[in-house]
Amino acid sequence: MLADIRAFFATRGVLEVQTPALSPAANPDPAIDSLRCDTHLPGSASPQRCYLHTSPEFAMKRLLAAGSGDIYQLCRVFRDGEAGRLHQPEFTLLEWYRLGFDSQRLMNEVAELVRSLLNQDLPEQRMSYREAFLQYLDIDPFTADDASLAALAVRQGVDISAPGMTRDDWLNLLMSHCIEPALPMHALVFIHGWPASQASLARLSADGEALRFELYLNGLELANGFEELTDATEQRRRFERDNRQRRRQGKPLMPIDEAFLSALAAGLPDCAGVALGIDRLMMIAAGRNHIHEVQVFPLNGG
Amino acid sequence: MLDGDPCSIIENEFVKPGKGQAFNRVKIRNLRTGRVLEKTFKSGDSVEAADVMETQLQYLYNDGEYWHFMDPESYEQVAADEKAVGDAVKWIKEQDVCTVTLWNGVPIIVEPPNFVVLAITETDPGLKGDTSGGGGKPATLETGAVVRVPLFVQSGDVIKVDTRSGEYVSRAKDE
Repeated sequence: MLADIRAFFATRGVLEVQTPALSPAANPDPAIDSLRCDTHLPGSASPQRCYLHTSPEFAMKRLLAAGSGDIYQLCRVFRDGEAGRLHQPEFTLLEWYRLGFDSQRLMNEVAELVRSLLNQDLPEQRMSYREAFLQYLDIDPFTADDASLAALAVRQGVDISAPGMTRDDWLNLLMSHCIEPALPMHALVFIHGWPASQASLARLSADGEALRFELYLNGLELANGFEELTDATEQRRRFERDNRQRRRQGKPLMPIDEAFLSALAAGLPDCAGVALGIDRLMMIAAGRNHIHEVQVFPLNGG
Repeated sequence: MLDGDPCSIIENEFVKPGKGQAFNRVKIRNLRTGRVLEKTFKSGDSVEAADVMETQLQYLYNDGEYWHFMDPESYEQVAADEKAVGDAVKWIKEQDVCTVTLWNGVPIIVEPPNFVVLAITETDPGLKGDTSGGGGKPATLETGAVVRVPLFVQSGDVIKVDTRSGEYVSRAKDE
């Protein structure tokens, strides 16, 4: 599969790159926790606080800003606290960026890649986030108030005891417990137009929705793509908002990637990018139900 | 601990969207009622741990209201009520070692050994020559339980029974 991926991009003239997994800056997304990995550098009395990347996004955007052109990367990424049937703290991500693509065009390419890797002529369906909620839950996720979302979850039989659920928590809960399992099987389902609060690196559309899409196949979340935010000031504002939220949740604050923000300020070309979970794609290709079955020597205990 | 009852986790599924709050969808058995329910928690939330432990205790005697058990090492004794003993009452006799679940030191579940050896107190007379075990007949055991046994098994015989299925396994020889 890895060889097929490389062949796919080679024929399209997309350059393979490698960026560091270890960095003194990290992703402040409150829903994603970085593994801290302090590093002793010669000549320095105390170790430098570093983190393992949760995705190669910041470094790849620095390359794009430096004029790399279209690029892709296949790499291991690390997320603390994630383990289960579909999660491992270490997994393989395929991430790529296309200059001048909008999200619709990138969705076309994702669909082509997945079809060719699985060697299946899968039908495709695109619907907006709003349409998905209206179709499966008969509620508008942008206009419904928090109490209605909570009441709907209870009506749907979700028994949850968690204080301090935010609006996004309820939306995510409805998405993962009610909509994902109901999506059509054996079809590439793209859901696009997400709430702005759920995409800290995406550009917003004129009506305030994030230009983000998710690909689902057989109920599995496979890929997440954006039309990339190129505004450094706005990006800094969102990072700071993320860190404020981390503080409220009692989580450690993450050092913001200043090199990435400088790259945005210097000018990121208009582009769209997407990250695809290779382990999950392998689960589908091999007909397996647990991520352990497609990873070599997985960490146990999840 | 959930709503004041000790529970055990049967299944725990980690559910997390790429860009959102992680949840754990947990299947839970209420140890007092035996009921299984599904609940969702935010990952990282904690619940009070129940002081629950499983121990191997020897059954001593029944005083009419409570069943008394003893830890064979510390000689400490505990008393289980009818609710805790439940179906185990059909199978256990003095000296048997049972798996007892204690909550705050009080028995809430008593599980009999997987196999018990019990004498038959009453069954229809056996048919001579039938050793096939086909067919079968009911037999009452010394503890009061009724199991189906092959036709050749007689009153006074001692038999081995699987307490999980309630089925006859074999005759226990020379007991």
